[in-house]
Amino acid sequence: MKTSMKVSLASLAVALALAGCGSTGDKEGGAPVESRDSNAGVARVEAGGVQSGKLPAVLTDPNSILSKRSIYFALDRYDVSEQYRALVNAHAKFLVENRQFKILIQGNTDERGSREYNLSLGQKRADAVKRMMVLLGVREDQIESVSLGEEKPRAEGHNEEAWAENRRADILYAGEY
Amino acid sequence: MPLQNMNLSNSRRFVLAGIAAFLLGGAGLVQAQLSIQITGAGANQIPVAIADFGGDVGTSRALTSVVRADLERSGLFRLVDASGAALTEASPVDYMAWKARGADALAAGSLGPSPDGRLEARFRLYDVNRQNNLGGAAYLTTVPQLRAAGHRIADYIYEKLTGERGIFSTRIAYVVKSGGRYELQIADSDGQNAQTALVSREPIISPAWSPDGSRIAYVSFENKKPIVFVHSLATGKRHVVANFKGSNSAPAWSPDGQRLAVVLTKDGSSQIYLISASGGAAQRLTSSAGIDTEPQFSPDGAWVYFTSDRGGSPQIYRVSTSGGAPERVTFEGNYNVTPRPSPDGKSLAFIARREGRFQLAIMDLASRQVQILSDSHKDESPSFAPNSRMILLATEIGGRGVLSAVSADGRIKQRLSVAAGDVREPAWGPFFQ
Repeated sequence: MKTSMKVSLASLAVALALAGCGSTGDKEGGAPVESRDSNAGVARVEAGGVQSGKLPAVLTDPNSILSKRSIYFALDRYDVSEQYRALVNAHAKFLVENRQFKILIQGNTDERGSREYNLSLGQKRADAVKRMMVLLGVREDQIESVSLGEEKPRAEGHNEEAWAENRRADILYAGEY
Repeated sequence: MPLQNMNLSNSRRFVLAGIAAFLLGGAGLVQAQLSIQITGAGANQIPVAIADFGGDVGTSRALTSVVRADLERSGLFRLVDASGAALTEASPVDYMAWKARGADALAAGSLGPSPDGRLEARFRLYDVNRQNNLGGAAYLTTVPQLRAAGHRIADYIYEKLTGERGIFSTRIAYVVKSGGRYELQIADSDGQNAQTALVSREPIISPAWSPDGSRIAYVSFENKKPIVFVHSLATGKRHVVANFKGSNSAPAWSPDGQRLAVVLTKDGSSQIYLISASGGAAQRLTSSAGIDTEPQFSPDGAWVYFTSDRGGSPQIYRVSTSGGAPERVTFEGNYNVTPRPSPDGKSLAFIARREGRFQLAIMDLASRQVQILSDSHKDESPSFAPNSRMILLATEIGGRGVLSAVSADGRIKQRLSVAAGDVREPAWGPFFQ
């Protein structure tokens, strides 16, 4: 037997400022009550963002290998597999020849497991791509590797196909992030 | 309002629904509804009668409802019918009559004008069996503050009758993802009075309350990478605590509120560092070639619990706050993450993967025995209530994120859902100060 009860308290819930709820004391041991106004109000903040810039065509032309930016990983793995070596090599070559360019490598994971652990796993993936590029002559200060963990899935599904798409590191050039 | 059927025998369903309507910047009026269902209850519920508060019918009934709802939602009380009783804190009590109704305890009170023009809620609590007065209190309040006064009264009753501190006056933080927007919201522990502290187009994760409840540390991706902020709730002022090269994440407050443990990748893979809550230089605490993350201080500040894959699979370890060799804490299974020591220092909640299901587990730290507390498959981010009795966590129902709460003994279960979107990353705030 299930029962349900609804209490609508709309008028109370919209109250934004939590003012004091003070005590008048109690003869028989009532707990003293302090004001709540030091931490009860909640101010609203809008977070900012970053502007995009213009990039040379060679980085964005669909016929250029440099327009390919994603490296995919197996479950729980963070080693760059053979099929992505040419892609990483091409970006490394571009960065060696164009020292003024900088990149951000974003590591991603699928949605399963701890968000913070996945953030670290995504970092391992980004770092693996970075390490390859540094070995190929790219300067450390041209690359920043970060993780988005499971937070920014390219595929929104909850199946093997979506998970595989999201186990990924992406290369972004300065101006794209 | 969508309600999921828990399909539990003998489950009682209690829904407290409120509508917190608030204006989203540039997005018009959005309604967020948070409902709480209770499924399962404590084994030995205390029968308690809460007489209708005397005074103006509208406001005093609203106050009475908050007190009753709090006590019932805790799972530790059974409300005894108090209809027909015209009682206030000043009335004589007919103990035999309340005993006949089945009550072990009775509260009676009234809401009336205070000399300064506000409202005063007064009440008294009685032990029906021993026929004595357990005390009472009077709280100054206002109509918009009526719920807060009700929570204070419920906390008083809860503490007198159970011997442990109540958590009805506490607040919770969580993140709602809706239509590509992320909102860090703060609500009362019953899900009411939700307010938005931060809105972003990029993810917000890992909110953590400062020990005094005035600030929240969190990870924001608003600059396309994870950065740790500390945000003062009352003013909205926030500052960057950790924005080193690479990822900055997993903030955890030291018990004195002076320092944060954070995870940085500035020196390689994810490692744990200690940093002042105002920012500055970071002091490295762990050292491994693999992943060290999810730090949490023990309540005495002596240890930092964390997740590490140094042994080949993610497991929970702890290291002295002053450094030294970490000690492994979990051994069962090949995926144990997100350690959360209880505020009383007795147990450790964490997420265990068992046969592909991610479930809330609790370890008794003295015996190291582990119990799985949930029957779901995608539990994340457990967070203890400050009295250590309940654990709030994120889980998933029908592909949508919801919050649920379970008692540390696994008997009492509640579910909180927001109709408008995915809700995740809950964090239970400290005791009301």
